[in-house]
Amino acid sequence: MKKNEKATDAIISRYKAGRRDDLIPLLQEIQEETGYLSEEAIRKVGKLMGLSTTKIYGLATFYDQFRFTPRGKYHLVVCNGTSCYLNGAGAIVGKIKEELGIEPGETTRDGKFSYELSSCMGGCMHGPILVVNGKYNLKLKPEHVQSIIDMLRKESEKL
Amino acid sequence: MLFSITVNNRKITAEKGETILSALNRNGINIPTLCRMKDFTPTGACRLCVVEVEGRENLVTACSEPVEEWMNIRTHSPRVIKARKTIVELLLSKHPDECLFCINNLDCELQRLAAELNIRERRIKGRKIKPGIDQSGHSIVKELSKCVLCGRCVRVCEELVTVSTLDFINRGQKTRVGTSMNQDLNFTSCINCGQCVNVCPTGALHVKQNITEVQEYLSNHDYLKVVQYSPMVPLAVAEELGIKAPKDIDRILNGILKKIGFNKVFLTGTGTDIMIEALAEEILKRTDATDQSPLFVSACPAWVKYAEQSLHDELENLSKLKPPQQITGSLIKTILSKQLGIKPQQIYSVSVTPCTAMKFEARRDSMMTKGICDVDSVLTVRELVKLIRLYGIDVSGTEGEAADEPLNVRSALSVLAEVSGGITESIVRKIFFRLTGKDADRKMFRNIRSGGSFREAEFAPGGRKIAVAVVDGLSGLPRLYQSIASGRKYHIVEVMVCPGGCVNGAGLQVCMSKEDLKNRVKQIYQTEESDILQIETFSRHLADFRGKYLDKDELLKDKKILHTYFSKRDVLL
Ligand code: SF4
Ligand code: SF4
Ligand code: FES
Ligand code: FES
Repeated sequence: MKKNEKATDAIISRYKAGRRDDLIPLLQEIQEETGYLSEEAIRKVGKLMGLSTTKIYGLATFYDQFRFTPRGKYHLVVCNGTSCYLNGAGAIVGKIKEELGIEPGETTRDGKFSYELSSCMGGCMHGPILVVNGKYNLKLKPEHVQSIIDMLRKESEKL
Repeated sequence: MLFSITVNNRKITAEKGETILSALNRNGINIPTLCRMKDFTPTGACRLCVVEVEGRENLVTACSEPVEEWMNIRTHSPRVIKARKTIVELLLSKHPDECLFCINNLDCELQRLAAELNIRERRIKGRKIKPGIDQSGHSIVKELSKCVLCGRCVRVCEELVTVSTLDFINRGQKTRVGTSMNQDLNFTSCINCGQCVNVCPTGALHVKQNITEVQEYLSNHDYLKVVQYSPMVPLAVAEELGIKAPKDIDRILNGILKKIGFNKVFLTGTGTDIMIEALAEEILKRTDATDQSPLFVSACPAWVKYAEQSLHDELENLSKLKPPQQITGSLIKTILSKQLGIKPQQIYSVSVTPCTAMKFEARRDSMMTKGICDVDSVLTVRELVKLIRLYGIDVSGTEGEAADEPLNVRSALSVLAEVSGGITESIVRKIFFRLTGKDADRKMFRNIRSGGSFREAEFAPGGRKIAVAVVDGLSGLPRLYQSIASGRKYHIVEVMVCPGGCVNGAGLQVCMSKEDLKNRVKQIYQTEESDILQIETFSRHLADFRGKYLDKDELLKDKKILHTYFSKRDVLL
């Protein structure tokens, strides 16, 4: 956590106060570095920009790319590009939602799982695609979701 | 420059630079609006105010479009009416069908629009917004499912109140009005002023209701039920009931409260008087000691919360005296329990106010005496009127009666606390009286009675210099701090969150125009001037009261119970 705070401070120090055009790039940079936008980060950005944190939060939620909780131990990315969608990515997402009980951008209470949707990953021939911590699962069917998650749960218990 | 335009085949005059809507309204032509608010720049977000302008392919939003000389406008053509109807139908398609149980039933802009546009069937079926009720706060309740996304609350909170607690969160279908990191209101920077409630067209933002608990206690014989009300309340009750306030409206209200079932009726004004006197004393002490820091009046609970979360360095300069409602509250329980030989917890104490933030104030840990709340429930004027209606009380048939001892007298000055600048004026006049034996001329206070959101003045009672600053709405704060930074020194700084003061509180009927508000202010000043308890007469009363109650009681003598404390709050600003 301390590490994240330091990184955030370092990034913020490179931006000028009050320049609202920089807001999105600044948030992007913080998220890239720390994985999410923490309360502390939003507070600091708000101070720098002279905006209330509600404004920052409102703006950030306008875009899908920002998350406000740290990623789970296992982070799933479902391709939601047109092709994957036509190939049934919707059902995959539905299954994940059902299994984990969270929305895209959220993290399960135990901190184990999080997921997000992505635009086309460039593998349309192999869709639907689910990426787990960087590992690709291709031509996925909804029934696979359960077994993948079960497997990950087991794995995490062993650790 | 004036010119004429054609509207519905008739000529009307318009003024260069005004909007189409303003030209229409001035000529008595009404069209519906939703997102528009008087005195705010239009956003053109809801499109309900569309009209047809010849030569323009698309319908034009009248609230944001400037009127031009060549215009030929149709305000109620079939095309226009259809467009408006569709907009409202779309809103209704997502809206819960809960009118009958809604707090705003019969007092809702959405209902009115649907009725005006003669919507009689559900043509569009939409997915209802997920219910999400935020009841975390003591003053404001947020009910997402009833929000029509007009954005009025967001703008009021940002531009008028200037705390920006609310904003649009997410986008597209998922858009809603929310708070920073989605926190519940009680944990946010919200200061409970209720100004957002006042502009919400539906029941999406409403005042937390405490009527039910009051009813329950009223029918419980184990308690002594008492009530206090502030000077604005009688006038506002008359306003809310739609009657002209009779001369003895205060006395009539006492009668009404008794009919409702309260055993004793007291005046919040007594607390105000005690506060004003103590503040005057404190200021005099400070001018003696040439203490340099200003004394910030802490009577507005919304301002106090704002300071606690945003102005940590200022907390030590906040007056430690309890605000009037709480002074009165603590006196009621202490004096009455002794007098009647009952326990303080057997007294159920209600306060009626124009303010929503006082609901929050009464729940503060710092507003208790020995672990017992000074005030148990706070009702807004509008809630009180609901009680009056609920119990079917005939106001004109109610006889006037006096308030109950010992908190039955308030001075003329105490009435001023309802308007911005009033507490300051009262303190200064008290000091004048103390030092010169005479009341000050009211004309002296013209500069702090009105004139923008930041006002200042200097007085010289009995040769002493007293500099005061009045911040009328938080939008005046930056100017205060500029002024302080440039070396100005003040003895008294008064901040009130609602522009105009408590006369504009969210517990009252909404002021639709600046004129309405001015009217209320005028009523307050008139009440002050015509009240028989002017400073001299009242001083004798207060001295009596002191001798009889305050000085005798150990607890009251050291005044601890009249004091409070503040603490820093860590919220997402
Ligand atoms: S009560 Fe006042 S501070 Fe709170 S959200 Fe409404 S307008 Fe903003
Ligand atoms: S100005 Fe008056 S009504 Fe408004 S929040 Fe402050 S105390 Fe309450
Ligand atoms: S009132 Fe004109 S666009 Fe909303
Ligand atoms: S945005 Fe106005 S009611 Fe919600």
